[in-house]
Amino acid sequence: MSDVRDLSVAAGLAAIEARDLAAAEWADAYAGLPDELGAYLWRPDEPIGGEEGPLGGVPVAVKDIFCIEDVPTTAGSRILENYLPPYTATAVERLLGAGASVLGKTNMDEFAMGSSNENSAYGDVRNPWDTDRVPGGSSGGSAAAVAGGLAPCALGTDTGGSIRQPAAFCGVVGLKPTYGSISRSGMIAFASSLDQCGPFTRTVADAALLLRVMQGADPRDTTSTGIAAGVEMPSREDLSGVRVGVPRELASEAEGMEDGVREVMERTIALCESLGATVAETSLPNARYGISAYYVIAPAEASANLARYDGVRFGERVAAEGLDDMYELTRAAGFGPEVKRRIMLGTYALSSGYYDAYYGRAQRVRTLIARDFENAFADHDVLLTPTSPTVAFPLGSRTDDPLAMYMADYCTVPMSLAGVPAISIPGGLAAAPDGGPELPVGVQLVGPAFGETALLDAAHALESAIGFDTNAAWRGGADA
Amino acid sequence: MPESPDYEPVIGLEIHIQLQTETKMFCGCKLEFGAEPNTHTCPVCLGHPGALPMTNEQAVEYAIRVGLALGCEIAPRSIFHRKNYFYPDNPKAYQISQYDIPICSGGRLGDVRIHRAHLEEDAAKLTHVGESGRIHGSDASLVDFNRGGTPLIEIVTEPDIHDPAEAREWLTLLRETIRQLGVSDVNMEEGSLRADGNVSIRPVGSKELGVKTELKNMNSFRFLERGIAAEIERQKAIVASGGRVEQETLHFDPASGSLTSLRSKEEAHDYRYFPEPDLLPLAPSPEHVEEVRASLPELPAERRVRYESELGLSPDAAKLLAYDAALASFYEEAVAAEPDVDPIVVANWVTGELVAASREAGFEHPAETKADAAGVGAVARMVDGKEISRGSGRELLAELVANGGDPAEVSERLGLTSDDGDDLAAIVAAAIEAQPDAAAKVKAGEGKAIGAIIGVVMRETKGRADGGEATRLIREQLGL
Ligand SMILES: [Zn+2]
Repeated sequence: MSDVRDLSVAAGLAAIEARDLAAAEWADAYAGLPDELGAYLWRPDEPIGGEEGPLGGVPVAVKDIFCIEDVPTTAGSRILENYLPPYTATAVERLLGAGASVLGKTNMDEFAMGSSNENSAYGDVRNPWDTDRVPGGSSGGSAAAVAGGLAPCALGTDTGGSIRQPAAFCGVVGLKPTYGSISRSGMIAFASSLDQCGPFTRTVADAALLLRVMQGADPRDTTSTGIAAGVEMPSREDLSGVRVGVPRELASEAEGMEDGVREVMERTIALCESLGATVAETSLPNARYGISAYYVIAPAEASANLARYDGVRFGERVAAEGLDDMYELTRAAGFGPEVKRRIMLGTYALSSGYYDAYYGRAQRVRTLIARDFENAFADHDVLLTPTSPTVAFPLGSRTDDPLAMYMADYCTVPMSLAGVPAISIPGGLAAAPDGGPELPVGVQLVGPAFGETALLDAAHALESAIGFDTNAAWRGGADA
Repeated sequence: MPESPDYEPVIGLEIHIQLQTETKMFCGCKLEFGAEPNTHTCPVCLGHPGALPMTNEQAVEYAIRVGLALGCEIAPRSIFHRKNYFYPDNPKAYQISQYDIPICSGGRLGDVRIHRAHLEEDAAKLTHVGESGRIHGSDASLVDFNRGGTPLIEIVTEPDIHDPAEAREWLTLLRETIRQLGVSDVNMEEGSLRADGNVSIRPVGSKELGVKTELKNMNSFRFLERGIAAEIERQKAIVASGGRVEQETLHFDPASGSLTSLRSKEEAHDYRYFPEPDLLPLAPSPEHVEEVRASLPELPAERRVRYESELGLSPDAAKLLAYDAALASFYEEAVAAEPDVDPIVVANWVTGELVAASREAGFEHPAETKADAAGVGAVARMVDGKEISRGSGRELLAELVANGGDPAEVSERLGLTSDDGDDLAAIVAAAIEAQPDAAAKVKAGEGKAIGAIIGVVMRETKGRADGGEATRLIREQLGL
């Protein structure tokens, strides 16, 4: 075997099965690696877990938004510095229960708010394809770890694109399952009605392996239903008979889409057709309002979800004379600027007299977008869009322009609002408009709610045809 | 303060009742009054990051019981909202409550209409150390999260009450109703029943409502009555001196009898209610609601009506028995044991002699003495049928209360007989003869003097004579 780090999850499990690899060696291969990308916030002296089981020995990096009992968990925020959770998130518990081994906690935008990982209180993460560029966000550490050869797979969370967009920027697979597939218990809340856990992997089959273990109803999260029909391992090699729809609002008509991204989309459409799919343009008429609705609903929920960080029971506290001063000083010191911006936005949107104009209206838009998807899935089995209108942008290039940053989620937010599953797979490489090495472009496939099996099958067929090397960045030879 | 005859008070009540479920409203922590502080807590009720609420089915069922008992409509679908405010007793910085779609709406109890009743969670218990007794100005504040998350039902009445005594009386009826439903111990001192009052005044004959003030947490029935009375007088005085009542929240201090403002309208919180995304709607099936309805016991209000209309009891006796479930069933058993005795006679024995004798003997409750219901019925029958005198009956009852036994045997053993019918007249005649001075005074209109004659009668009969009967005979023989 050339390098243990080449192994996908499926390949590693097969190697263990064939006794070519000892389960403990797999995690050990990652344990002492230098982290020049800033992907990890915390790594244990010894990997956690790694028992027998369907994922026995699989090393996994976990976004620092998941609580693990007595393991530092910060959500990328100063306000949770030194916080040790008293319990473990269900998704992590299920992975550990299946024999996986936790390599560490990965860096992220503070409370998952961001699209570049530049909102972490603990420093930037660098894109392994070009270390002057962002890895995307908010699950930037997880994406960089998988693309950078620091983990074969990782957990992330996606509220408006926080798995799919960094997966696209880093050239790996990122799956946001249907809302309700995987329990949110122990996953630190940003926007409860949108947050969903999902895997970063190097292959679609690996995403299926992790999803199969993590999905399922959980009494600790009553909104989790699991995928009733289960998730099959993807096996399709072609797309014959598959009706692919390309929503023009998120493709040909999308504003600010880079030429390189357009080219990869065109190549992908041609590839779908050559695999036997019928590709047709379709419409999600209200998708263009997705960002506006999202930036009301998500901050509104966040303003309540983040109110518990008050210094009374856990986390950091700034001592003060009076109660109100303690609240104010603690929160002023503990939260970063983007988090404060969103708390204020959300508080305003919910305030008396403005509720209906903002929150009420945004919810109505959300309903319309969900209906758009239902209509589209009446005629199409799967929708295809770019994951992001751009490739990874340079560090610092958008930090002064929140609105430009928010547009990075333009193609991913509508699926979050509708709750439907979506996966980003690497579609190829493209030149960045500002020069530098060629960078990965993600293409997004979207399916109807709880249609993960068919979605993964289609993504698997397309992935094989594209033949992108997800190990290229860390091995230093892009040969896609 | 001069009474202003031109204004009538308008009173509505908001009542919080702790439901006596096994576990808390949204987590599995046990409910135990008086436990060691902070021993019944978990990530959910401490508001730890990532912890999600789970609805307590028993609490929902209890709320349905309460709703049906109050004649409310049970919503086929109701939802939870988040009520946002910062306070150390509120760990998530939002309380999960219900807002525009409560589980119960409409209804009536006695003469008061019910506006709505909804489910929510209780706050933790704060203790302020230092002289002020409030958070501001205290040296320190301690939080006990054992109480935090206790299921509460909040019942809101229409403003149908017009007198402080009526408010107290109605709250008594509500307490007895809830107690008999078996969903709470409704103890005001321990805080499982808490009442706020909304008070306004308006010109007699007016249909409009005046500006109301809210009286917070009056923690006994007496204080409720006194607090509301004080507030009515305060409002009348304001209006009488040409002022206007301001909308505010008031605190009644029972020690001084004074009302102090907690906050004005301008300081009122904006709770920024929005639907709780972590919980599914409550959707009890119609079959389940009917099952609960069928399981309801007969409740005080209907029992009282039945006692008045079917058994002919006086309103006072009917209320006394109907409001006390244990006494009511004792009474009904006694009536059933003596079908030939007028239920009014049995009621007089139960509410009069039995209550007095049990108190005399130091029992907590008249239904818990050594006397069984059939025995009390038998005493009523024996006296009513002149088998024994009223005084003998009283002596017999006292013996049954203290030591139990068969009424006929005990009566025999104590030598209780009916022979004091004619004999009593003779004893009275002798007593009058023995007390000529007293007899003269009674004749002259000095009523108190009769005591001396009765004293002789009692001595002669060893206290078995019926005082009332003796008095009647004395007056008869004196020609009065
Ligand atoms: Zn608890």
